[in-house]
Amino acid sequence: MDRIPILKMGQFLLVTIQIDLYDRIALNLETDLVQMIHKTGARGVLIDISAVSIVDSFMGRILGNIATMSKILDAETVVVGMQPAVAITLVELGLPLNGVFTALNVERGMNLLQSRLASNPDEEEDEDDNPE
Amino acid sequence: MKASTIKMLQSKKEQIIELWMENQMEDPTLREDLMSNEDLRVQSIELIDTLLHTLNEGNSTQVESQDFEPVFEILAGISLSRARQGYTPRETATFIFSLKDAIFSVLGENISDLSLLNQELLEVSKLIDSLGIVTFETFIQGREEVILRQTDEIAEISTPIIRVWDGIIALPIIGTLDSARTQIVMENLLVEIVNSESSIAILDISGVPAVDSLVAQHLIKTVSATRLMGAECIISGIRPEIAQTIVHLGIDLSSIITKATLASALRQAFTMLQLEVTKVRKDKKV
Repeated sequence: MDRIPILKMGQFLLVTIQIDLYDRIALNLETDLVQMIHKTGARGVLIDISAVSIVDSFMGRILGNIATMSKILDAETVVVGMQPAVAITLVELGLPLNGVFTALNVERGMNLLQSRLASNPDEEEDEDDNPE
Repeated sequence: MKASTIKMLQSKKEQIIELWMENQMEDPTLREDLMSNEDLRVQSIELIDTLLHTLNEGNSTQVESQDFEPVFEILAGISLSRARQGYTPRETATFIFSLKDAIFSVLGENISDLSLLNQELLEVSKLIDSLGIVTFETFIQGREEVILRQTDEIAEISTPIIRVWDGIIALPIIGTLDSARTQIVMENLLVEIVNSESSIAILDISGVPAVDSLVAQHLIKTVSATRLMGAECIISGIRPEIAQTIVHLGIDLSSIITKATLASALRQAFTMLQLEVTKVRKDKKV
């Protein structure tokens, strides 16, 4: 069974989807990614879907799921490089992917993750302060 | 129609043409500005020639038969060109129906048997009526082609995308937004966002005459799609009347950044990109 590689880059996980996502692959990706976040303690997930030209409601839901699951594991999700046709399809399907961050390309996605992370440590410090 | 009658009509061709031209010339709706009388005459002669040539004893009551194809072709050509030149339906219809009078008077002069005359008149009348119908069908078809072409042109020209600044594009929408147009607008906008790597798109709706719930829904869809691409969308140019309608219709635009003018939208975009516009100081200290 095909698997989509998940690359670790510092505190972030990088997923580049180079093939059209079939249901099975998407489900595997979901499982693998959650496992990987747990294992590496990553703070951010960047999913590059610039090569994906076809999307259906299932795939939209999987993306939403991944974002929600990552959030629970304290990692932000950024989806980058969405094709215009894919964006239109998702909107027409009524899946505006609320809660998922988006960026135009990988570079901007990384910047976004970094700026999100830069603003988060403050919260952690606050949390650390409280018990003391 | 009897063979003798057809033969008689063929021999009286010149007279029919003269009478027909006379009828057309007398008509107050004649458009000499659109077509010269010579051209009109050439058209008329060509049509009569083909019609009389086609007509025979067997087919005069069967206009649907293949024999009349050439006549219909000429008629279609004439009415298509008239539709494009801007003739009114009445003027186009008069062209073919005035032929009826010409043939009637020729028949009346040359046939003395009343019952035969009656029968021939009826048949000629029927024939010309169906020619009239063909003329009209093609006339309308021609007009529809014109309308279709114009619609396409409007759709093409009405969605220019302006690159206002590095990373900021603006899209002024002029005219009513319907589903088909929203689709075009959305596609153009998203493609342009990818091409120019813009992170902010300004949708200016000052040229949209009215916003109903459908238009608002289209706008919201466009904004959502832009966000999915990783860009932010600002809607500007909201006139007071439109703000009133939106609230009265109970449309929720709170998730969208809205600005009254393009200028304030641009200012907002600059703020989001952490840009600052300042006046150049001309403190000339020598």
